[in-house]
Amino acid sequence: MTSATTVTRRPATGATTAQARRRLTPGRVVLYVFVTLTALAWLFPVVWALLASFRDYDYTSTHGYVSLGGFTLQNYLNAWKQGDFTRHFLNSLIITVPAVLLTLFLASCVAFVVARYSFRLNLILLGLFTAANLLPQQALLIPLYRAYREIPLPLWMSDSGELLDSYWGLILVNVAFQTGFCTFVLSNYMKTLPHEMYEAARVDGAGVPTQFFRITLPLCRPALAALATLQVTWIYNEFYWATVLMQSGDKFPITSSLNNLRGQFFTDYNLLSAGSIVIALPVLIVFFLLQKQFVAGLTLGSTKG
Amino acid sequence: MSDLPTVPATAAPRRSGGRVRVSGTDRIFLVVMVAIPTILVVLWVWLPAIASVVLSFARWTGVGGLDTIQWIGTENYKNVFTNYPPFAPALRHNLIWLVFLFVLPTLFGMFLAVLLDRELRGTRFYQTALFLPVVLSLALIGFIWQLLYSRDQGLLNAVLHTQIDWYGDSRWNLWAVLVAASWRHAGYIMLLYLAGLKGVDPSLREAAAVDGASQVRTFFSVVFPVMRPINIIILVVTVIESLRAFDIVWVINKGTNGLELIGTLVTANVIGEASRIGFGSALATIMLVISLVFITIFLSTVMRGEQR
Repeated sequence: MTSATTVTRRPATGATTAQARRRLTPGRVVLYVFVTLTALAWLFPVVWALLASFRDYDYTSTHGYVSLGGFTLQNYLNAWKQGDFTRHFLNSLIITVPAVLLTLFLASCVAFVVARYSFRLNLILLGLFTAANLLPQQALLIPLYRAYREIPLPLWMSDSGELLDSYWGLILVNVAFQTGFCTFVLSNYMKTLPHEMYEAARVDGAGVPTQFFRITLPLCRPALAALATLQVTWIYNEFYWATVLMQSGDKFPITSSLNNLRGQFFTDYNLLSAGSIVIALPVLIVFFLLQKQFVAGLTLGSTKG
Repeated sequence: MSDLPTVPATAAPRRSGGRVRVSGTDRIFLVVMVAIPTILVVLWVWLPAIASVVLSFARWTGVGGLDTIQWIGTENYKNVFTNYPPFAPALRHNLIWLVFLFVLPTLFGMFLAVLLDRELRGTRFYQTALFLPVVLSLALIGFIWQLLYSRDQGLLNAVLHTQIDWYGDSRWNLWAVLVAASWRHAGYIMLLYLAGLKGVDPSLREAAAVDGASQVRTFFSVVFPVMRPINIIILVVTVIESLRAFDIVWVINKGTNGLELIGTLVTANVIGEASRIGFGSALATIMLVISLVFITIFLSTVMRGEQR
């Protein structure tokens, strides 16, 4: 702590070059104004929704939104009840948690093999997985939908008796789609791990399972954390598969439950804002707490290292 | 899996010729590690993709067994192009989507990244604000923007003194949706590009500055060419996003009344009342072909990077 205070005082004498670069020229003022206005404009829709969500509908419909008064929490209570949010959040949880864990585990397995053993199949495998992540879902819908209707599941796994309209089906399709991206990121990460460690482990007689579970996975913790953050957000936000593969409305995870809320919410805008804020809240919390992880996960995929 | 390293019976694990020798149990373990995820991805992604192509040559209601399928050659494709009114608008909307996303949010996101790369104070705030929409789903974004777009209580009409139903009026709704989608896309591109810019070797810029190049000139003749892989990734991301666009229009009106997209047509043909499997598959195959072209570009860019 003491060193930190001295460091913050030092720039007064030390960093003259950095200060010269940061001197406020007219050009830089324009730059700051432009970037600030853009940032505020970008925040506006969410802030507007936040403000509207605390207003009473009767009050704002008579006085307009540019007014004071009519503040209430009632919209949140109504939105929660009318949207049946308890159930839908639970559904999201049931789908997201296993899907993320399974995705990361399977992707680590493939990435480990791809990164550590130079098979000739290496590139083909990576291509197979990454391309799968980029294909349009709609292009796969028809056969998948038909197959889901044909594949029976025991009733204790799915009360519809088939893969269609079951949590299992939705979890698996999410895993199949997301494994590609994670494999790609993880294999890049694993390639940067020091070779010597594995040499030493092999000399000590460690087999593949030990190398994977004891060495690779613990070392990949930063990449796994970044990917987990990203995947939680993506699978929570996943809309398409849940919309088409779930039949009964009470099984929809929260994002695709929006399909059924439109009619109720689009008539009362304060209710709509409260509902939107509630649905955005989990990802916003993840975003503000783990922004660094989130950004790291995304950029790991596009740039190397 | 014939390429698995061969196992010399006696050899202790060692490296030779860049290959790692593995023992019997280890080998089984490795095979399982690759096989299970591969089977999942093949069964859930690649097999359906192939089946879509095959079914596009069939007539099938999807109700009976596989033996009720009639093979009708390319008739579905003929119907798509000549006898299906929503197709032309849908294709046009997808193209508008692509051009719009590319010209406005993609370029704007890149521009913002270049600005934010210049050691601004409070850059964390700017990045957070621009990046915020990226964590929201497009379906939810459709809901949030309804607050601005609604005819009676929307902010936009209040400000413009108009009475336009921005989501409902087919003259406007595609553009309204595109603005909302751009809100998210720009932040995403900004982030990808900023990460790329941070990776550019600073000595390149310094050299250009010493040679007296202006900042604009430096960007276009030094930085931009170096960023080629990121540029291609951004192009591919934008194309794929435009092709898969679905969530926001589905949540608004299920892709009708001016918001038709190829993705919504495919979906409506399958889960609607009259399920036309063959016809829907022909639409799906068209999407598949377009996407595979760009996926190939993406993979070859990435793989070239791999081999460096």
